[in-house]
Amino acid sequence: MKILINITILFYALSTAGYIFYLFFQKNFLHKIGFYLLATGFLFHTSFIGYRFIQIGYMPFYSLHETLLIAGWAIACVFLAFQYKFHLKILGVYAAPLAALITTTAYFLPKEPAQAQKVFKSFWLIFHVIVIFMGDASFALACGLGILYLLQENAIKNKNHGFFFRRLPSLDLLDTTGYACIVAGFTMLTLGLVTGFVYAKTIWGRFWGWDPKEVWSGITWLLYAALLHERLAVGWRGRKSAIMSIIGFAVLLFTFLGVNFFLQGHHGVFTQW
Amino acid sequence: MLDIVLIGLNHKTAPIELRECLAFSKDETAAALETFKDYPAINEAILFSTCNRIEILMTAEDKSHAIVDAKNFLSTVKQVPPEKFEENIYIHHGDEAVRHIFRVASSLDSMVLGEPQILGQIKAAYYTATMKKTSGVILNRLLHRTFFVAKRIRTETGIGDHAVSISYAAIELGRKIFGTLEDKKVLLIGAGEMAELAVEHLIRNKAADIFVANRTFERAVEIANRFKGKAIRFEEITNCLQLVDIIISSTGSPDFIIKREHLKGVMRSRRNRPLFFIDIAVPRDIDPEINRLANSYVYDIDDLKGVIEENIEDRNKEAIRAERIVDEAVIHFRQWYESLDVIPTIIDLRKKMENIAESEIKKTLHSLNHLSDDDCRAIYKMTNAFIKKVLHNPTFFLKSNGCHGNKSLYLDITRKLFKLDD
Repeated sequence: MKILINITILFYALSTAGYIFYLFFQKNFLHKIGFYLLATGFLFHTSFIGYRFIQIGYMPFYSLHETLLIAGWAIACVFLAFQYKFHLKILGVYAAPLAALITTTAYFLPKEPAQAQKVFKSFWLIFHVIVIFMGDASFALACGLGILYLLQENAIKNKNHGFFFRRLPSLDLLDTTGYACIVAGFTMLTLGLVTGFVYAKTIWGRFWGWDPKEVWSGITWLLYAALLHERLAVGWRGRKSAIMSIIGFAVLLFTFLGVNFFLQGHHGVFTQW
Repeated sequence: MLDIVLIGLNHKTAPIELRECLAFSKDETAAALETFKDYPAINEAILFSTCNRIEILMTAEDKSHAIVDAKNFLSTVKQVPPEKFEENIYIHHGDEAVRHIFRVASSLDSMVLGEPQILGQIKAAYYTATMKKTSGVILNRLLHRTFFVAKRIRTETGIGDHAVSISYAAIELGRKIFGTLEDKKVLLIGAGEMAELAVEHLIRNKAADIFVANRTFERAVEIANRFKGKAIRFEEITNCLQLVDIIISSTGSPDFIIKREHLKGVMRSRRNRPLFFIDIAVPRDIDPEINRLANSYVYDIDDLKGVIEENIEDRNKEAIRAERIVDEAVIHFRQWYESLDVIPTIIDLRKKMENIAESEIKKTLHSLNHLSDDDCRAIYKMTNAFIKKVLHNPTFFLKSNGCHGNKSLYLDITRKLFKLDD
């Protein structure tokens, strides 16, 4: 069944090509092709993960290979959902290569799964992981939108109406979509943390254990909470909001990968080589 | 064979004073077309008159005669001696006339390349001509092709993309900032043609309230009434900044009217919703430092001109592609036009008959194996004679002058009846 993952990568790569052509030639059918290719790739991706689940009996996320596969899957999933809702065609130029890149990276990593432990088979854990990944993917999109916002704002402020000005949508659309991504991501992250606490309680008998992963997740959560609070209270929007969503995502990346590589903790097993 | 002839003058060949003297209003056009019936050399005619051009498109048996008639027509109807416009006139015939009308309708010949009004004006002129029945088979076909070509150029090239006027450029920028201009509130400071045009565009884009400020309050009230807006006093401008989204300024003030310090506190109470300043005044009304503030954007007249120049360059590039489409369309039209001649039509008709006969004979002989070669030859002979007899009268009719001088109409009908153009 390894063929499924090859097909997935092929479709993601083709979708990336479709979106890049769209970026240059601005023909509507190109982004439609990109969208459908990505959706097809996503179906193969889903069936691959489903197949692994049935084969090994638990959710496959116990090595860096497997977690990245899930991360790529979550990005494709969240992008498809947002694209369906907001019709922000140009975002595919960011999301499709990202999904392709992560999935390809996963493909080249060693594939031996960790020994299945009893702790892996809890409903809370599966829910915890899926929700967290969905949240992370939303934040990844928010970061992309933040970058696009800064590019477009720079073009408008500096009166430099070149390549990006013509192709990027209005500042307002970029800003509101980015905000929607952050709200969605924050909701998921909160849910993920809560299920994580519940799970920790059932396994280790405590909600919070000052594990580095827990601490950094808390920091990430506080950062996005601050961003949302400022937006609701004093109307933080535009540039500041865009920069914050990029910083937020950098911290998130560190929480996801950096903590496991540089710090010790009970999440370490999930990113082992 | 009828010739297509176009005679006219436009903004490149004639000064505005002359164009004014020769221009036709809509009613005048209709009346003028009536009088074409007094000029027998002109078979079909359409008259276009816009502020930039006056053109007569016609078909005629004898083109030099028709040109003289058209000039006489212009000078009698408009009471301008012919020598006054003799030098400003251009004359095209055949392919060149076809190309010219295609280019005009696609706005390749306009003062502002790619402007969209001209096609509508030509459609209206054509409508008037069909009402007055001065347009016939050839011009009908030509005009339908013209509309098709113009539409194709508009959709396939970017000739009409991106604004080339100051007020439109400002609107396009507004869209890039706000997404939609619907329900955006506008403040107009001062007055002026360009500024008011921009306000009109905004209203057409469903902008919400319009506020008008002016040094003299009476003037503000007067302008506000025109836009169904609200007049405010000049001192109220700073307060108004909390409400509005787009500010268009065009005053004669030597100093900045809105300075950076005026914006202090405003952004906070607006909850950082974006502000877009369009400064059309020289010297400038809006402090350019404001552009540095978060979520506020300032464009002055030079910035807007820069935008337009880029857009014009883009349109020029697109025009090259448009010319290619025109070339193609001219060739297509010529093929149809040439087929309207008597001889090709008769040949096509005969070929069509022969093809049908040939295939039917083959089908029949296939099941009649007992016939000798001589018998077969006799059948062929009979069929040919039959075709000849059938086509005798139509051929004679088309060749002779039995068509009452409306040969192209009958040729066109013949081609349609027998589907000769496939």
